Amino acid sequence: MSNRINIQKTYKLYIDGKFPRTESGRYIKWMNKDKSTIINICRGSRKDFRNAIVSARKALSGWSARTAYNRAQILYRIGEMLEGRREQFMAELILQGSSKKDAENEINQSIDCLIYYAGWADKYQQIFSRVNPVSQAYFNFTISEPTGVVSAIAPNDSSLLGLVSIISPVIAGGNTIVILASEKLPICSISFGEVLHTSDVPGGVVNILTGEKTELIEHFSTHMDVNAIIYCGENKDEQKLIETNASLNLKHVVHYKNKKWALENSHSPYHILNTQETKTTWHPIGI
Amino acid sequence: MYNQTIDQINTQERVARLFSRSIKKESKVQALHLALSMIDLTTLEGKDSPGKVKQLCYKASHLHDNFPNLPHVAAICVYPPMVSIAKKALEGTKINVASVATAFPSGMANLQAKLEEVKSVVNEGADEIDMVISRGKFLSGEYQYVSDEITQVKEACGKAHLKVILETGELVTLDNVRLASDIAMKAGADFIKTSTGKVSPSATPPVVLTMLEAIRDFNNKTGKQIGMKPAGGIGTAKQAIQYLVMINETLGSDWLSPNLFRFGASSLANDILMQIVKQSTGNYQSKDYFSID
Repeated sequence: MSNRINIQKTYKLYIDGKFPRTESGRYIKWMNKDKSTIINICRGSRKDFRNAIVSARKALSGWSARTAYNRAQILYRIGEMLEGRREQFMAELILQGSSKKDAENEINQSIDCLIYYAGWADKYQQIFSRVNPVSQAYFNFTISEPTGVVSAIAPNDSSLLGLVSIISPVIAGGNTIVILASEKLPICSISFGEVLHTSDVPGGVVNILTGEKTELIEHFSTHMDVNAIIYCGENKDEQKLIETNASLNLKHVVHYKNKKWALENSHSPYHILNTQETKTTWHPIGI
Repeated sequence: MYNQTIDQINTQERVARLFSRSIKKESKVQALHLALSMIDLTTLEGKDSPGKVKQLCYKASHLHDNFPNLPHVAAICVYPPMVSIAKKALEGTKINVASVATAFPSGMANLQAKLEEVKSVVNEGADEIDMVISRGKFLSGEYQYVSDEITQVKEACGKAHLKVILETGELVTLDNVRLASDIAMKAGADFIKTSTGKVSPSATPPVVLTMLEAIRDFNNKTGKQIGMKPAGGIGTAKQAIQYLVMINETLGSDWLSPNLFRFGASSLANDILMQIVKQSTGNYQSKDYFSID
C-alpha cells in the first residue's frame, strides 16, 4: 500500500448545521506562502448568505429560549471539542504561515476565549440588568435581551482566534450569527464548523461563509432580516458603507477596530452587551 | 375513465425538469404578481376567532400598503361559522369568500348533514365551496358513492363554485389520484384541489402534475376547463413560480389566471410580497416589516 493516495478534504461552507458547497459553484484558489499547497475555497454568493440568514432566523427563537446555563454548557463543550482537535488546527495554522509556537498559543487562547464566555453566559444578565429608582408606584427594572440575527465580517489577520472571539460573545448572549471568514486565512475558520457541529450547537446558530468581502459586504449590511452587524477592519469606505446600509432597518453596528485578540485583556463581558437590547419594564406596585 | 397506470418515475422526472426552469428579472416580477392574485388566503384552525378572520380579510385587501399596484388575492378561505364575518369584512372588494364544508377535514358525516352545511354557507354568502371527498368510501372502492356525493353537493352549491378536495395524502398512489380527479371532474367539480392541509404529505409536485394531466385530458375530451388548486405546504415564492411553470407547460396559458388556478396557502402571500419588494429595492427583506398573515 505504499502508493496510497491521500484523501484530501473538501473545504465547504457551514450553513444550518450542514456543510454545503456554495450554490454558485464558484471557487477561490487559496495558496500557502511557498505555494506548495493549493486549496479550493468556496466563493460564497449572496444566495448562500441569504440561506444562512434564513437558518439563523429559524434557529433564533430556540437558541434564545435556552437557559443561560445551557448556553454556557454548550460554549464550554465547544472548547472541549476544540481541545480534542488540537492537532488538526495546529497543522492548519502552520499551513497558513504560523510558527509552531504561535499556532499553539492561538489554539490555547481560542479555547480560553470559549471558556471565558461560557463562564459569562449565565452571569452577564446579573451585571447588566438593574432595578431603576422611579418616583412613582412602579417596580421598574431593566434587563438585556438578545438583539437577534447578527451578521459579521471576521478579522482578516486572525483565522481561528479572531473568529472565535467574534462568535463566542454573540452566541453567549442568545443571538445567532452568520460570519464571513477571513479572506486571507480561511482554512481554520472553515474547520471550526466541524468543531461547532460536534458541540451540541443547534444547526443555524452559527453559520460560517467564505468568499470575497467586497462582493458580500453589501448584502451583509443591507439584509433587512439582520438585526446587528459586526465589522472587524480598518477600511474607511467599508465602514461608511456599513453604517449607511445599516440605517435601512437600524441595525446595530459594532466595529472592532485594530483589535488585537491575542492580548490578555482583549475579552470582556461588554462584548456580549454589544449585541443585546435593553428592555425596561414598569410594573405597578402598592395598589 | 383513465385506464392506464401512472408512471411514477416519469412523473418525478418531468417535475424535476420543469422545476429547474429559471425565471428571473421582469418575468419573475410578473410571475410573482400573478401568483399573488391566485392566492386563497387561508385560515383553517380550531382556534380561529372573528378577530383573526377580520384581520385576515384586512390583510387580503391591503397586502402591503406602502407598495402600490399590487393585485389583491383571489379569495379568503375560512370555516363555515366565519363566512358571514368574512363576507362583511370584504364588502366592497372583489375578493371572494370561500368556505370549506362537508365536515371538513375528515368528511365523516352523513350526506344529509353535508348538504345542509353547504346550503347554509351558500346562504350566508360564500362564493366558493371547498368540499372534501369521502376517502374511506373511495379507498374501499365505492366510487359511485363518491361521485354521487359530489354531484349532490354541486347541486346544493347553486351559483357558488365547487372545489373538490381529494386529500391526496390519504389516497396513497398516483393512480388513485388520477382516478379521484376523473371522478370529481365528471361529477361536476369546478376545481379540483389536492389537500386539506391537515394531512401530511399535502400538495406534492408529482400529485399536482398528475391532477393537471387529468384536467388536460378532460379538457381535450369534453372541452370543459376545470380549475386546479394545490394546497398545503406551499410557503415560498419559489415553489409558487415552479407551479406556474408546471401549469403553463401542462395546460397552457389559459390556466394562468385566478379563474382556473389557485394556491391554498397562509404564509405564501408574505413570502411573495418580500420577493416583490426585494426585486424592486435590491435588498433582502424581513418578515418584521410585513403584516402578520
